[in-house]
Amino acid sequence: MLRIGIPSAMFYYIYYPMWKTFFEELGVQVVTSGKTTRQLLDNGVREALADACVPVKVYFGHAMALANRVDYLFIPRIVCLNKKTVYCPKFLGLPDMIRYGIANMPPIIDVRIDARDRKDSILSAYYKVGKMLGKTPMHITKALLKARMVQFKFDGLLHRGLQPLEAMDTIFNGKKGYTPGNKKQLKFAVVGYPYIIHDQYISIGIANKLQKMGIDVVTSDNLSPLTLRLQRHEPAKQLFWTFSERTLRATRYYARQKDIDGIIHLTAFGCGPDSIVDRFIQLDNYSSSIPFMSLTIDEHSGEAGVNTRLEAFVDMVRRKKGAYS
Amino acid sequence: MRKVTFPHMGESYRAFKMLLNDLGNEVILPPRPSRKTLNLGVQYTPEFACFPLKILTGTYLETIEKGANVLVTSGGVGPCRAGLYASLHKKILHDLGHSVEMIVFEPPRLYPINFIRNVYKLNPARLSIKAIIDRIKKGWRLLQALDNVEKTTHVVRPREIKKGATTQKYKQALEWLNKASTTKEIIEAEATALEELHKIPQDHQRLILKVGIVGEIYVLLEPAANLEIEETLGNLGVEVERSMFLTGWTRDNTWKETTEGMTVKDAAQHYLPELIGGHGRDSIGHTVLYAKRNFDGVIQLAPFTCIPEIVARTILPAVSKDYNIPVLTFFLDEQTGKAGMNTRLEAFVDLMKRKKLKNMSQAKLQLTSGAI
Repeated sequence: MLRIGIPSAMFYYIYYPMWKTFFEELGVQVVTSGKTTRQLLDNGVREALADACVPVKVYFGHAMALANRVDYLFIPRIVCLNKKTVYCPKFLGLPDMIRYGIANMPPIIDVRIDARDRKDSILSAYYKVGKMLGKTPMHITKALLKARMVQFKFDGLLHRGLQPLEAMDTIFNGKKGYTPGNKKQLKFAVVGYPYIIHDQYISIGIANKLQKMGIDVVTSDNLSPLTLRLQRHEPAKQLFWTFSERTLRATRYYARQKDIDGIIHLTAFGCGPDSIVDRFIQLDNYSSSIPFMSLTIDEHSGEAGVNTRLEAFVDMVRRKKGAYS
Repeated sequence: MRKVTFPHMGESYRAFKMLLNDLGNEVILPPRPSRKTLNLGVQYTPEFACFPLKILTGTYLETIEKGANVLVTSGGVGPCRAGLYASLHKKILHDLGHSVEMIVFEPPRLYPINFIRNVYKLNPARLSIKAIIDRIKKGWRLLQALDNVEKTTHVVRPREIKKGATTQKYKQALEWLNKASTTKEIIEAEATALEELHKIPQDHQRLILKVGIVGEIYVLLEPAANLEIEETLGNLGVEVERSMFLTGWTRDNTWKETTEGMTVKDAAQHYLPELIGGHGRDSIGHTVLYAKRNFDGVIQLAPFTCIPEIVARTILPAVSKDYNIPVLTFFLDEQTGKAGMNTRLEAFVDLMKRKKLKNMSQAKLQLTSGAI
């Protein structure tokens, strides 16, 4: 059976359920690289450029982990999916970076997906992939429908408050018992890019850590596209990048919710778009109404350092709440 | 009273000053970026913002100190950060309590109304449309003259016999161009400048290396940002060809894509078939073109954390290997020191020289063996 590798990084946290279903319906075996580990990150750090951000280094590591185990790597060139904003330049050059940046990579399926362009629209991109694998249009349509249904279910779980990994576990392993928001003392919003927040290794398990401290966690992924779209547009100009735009709007939404006690912006060292997002958040001055912290991580981030900062922040929020009640 | 200023980018400020003056504005000249500019910029700009953004913040603050209250700058449509500079600068400056007006020029091809409105705002002399077009043409001519003179210095400097003669003459030439106020005078000043530069005594026997410079536009065009890399290379006996000049870039981005732009796109197609913003694809395309033209090496200049250039840098080793051309990259920021850069440049020049001599002696051997 043909094996297709999907690195468990970047878009994995958003579209994996759809991709997995699509390929499996077409009779292809899907292989993922699993969780990020020290070894995997080290490999990525060695191959990727020092100036690249940590998610890119992690992606390199995941791609290398799959190299000898699959016939193809699936790294679509996702340009634009909502007809308005595009993805960060690193996504636009991702297949090329992997192809030319690492030696001995298996062939890469790098279809271009650009919703603004009829030739490369989302549908035709999936047909192109199906055709590459030698399937009939009928077969592809069926697989695509099924894939869309799974993705719909996945998004529904996210909007109910589950985090991507929990939602995937529920869908693919039938695991139940993830109950979002069981009314703990405090509720924090962690905003930022899904591939940073939900990667347990590079985020040093920030969500779990907060939960252990008795804090409910919601992320930007828990908001529906409609909620995000309804947020007022503060900067004079719309941000160009989809994930950044989403982060900014999510922050704006959470900052005005009564039940949110603090916001943490999780960002990666040297992240270009975030340098602008973070300053926009600061200049919009939500901190006057809600405690806000920006936490930068990279491949050298130590558990202890992150813990200290989290504890200090949580203490500060607790004290503030105590003073008001 | 409205006092207008704009970002400092190489010598182009002379043309902008002339144009804005002609339209009846009082202009505050942006100073050449210095240590002070950088310190100001770094203080008020996000840490991971790219280098040009920091320099621009510093420049604006310096000119505001001198009384400027209208900032003229360019916009952009992404996905490079530069397109958001103006929005961010406006917020930062307002946050610091400076009430400045920003006039942002978006690409006129996409936003013609924005262009017309901005020109109207910058035209307190109320010149007629025809007069404005004449003034813009004149400004454009001056930009071309500045670019032409600079290009000539790149050819003359590595061959000069008396060290520093070219740089000295270039400074004089800039003064002549500065004094010119009509199109006729600009053309005359340009001709004299070119003539004078060619008159500089040169050694034509010298082994001259040819290096192409690619990368992000601001650090390419602003010598203060790239620590005068072109002058340094010239003094090391290297003829530099820069892939981007303001006139060429403006033409590509205002009216139509020129054929030159198209070939660069084609050259990069195999390695990076997508426009990734900034000048990432151009860096790859130009490297391929320089390699095809048998250059001895390519230098990529990029601001620290510039994503398009990081993508390009990841792919460049493959280009370098395929075309057998050495490529050196500098990621520049406020921490970059001139001494460190010079050491790396000297090593790179050494490497290219050795490679060239080896190739030449091999060619000679083949020639002689062929003769036998």
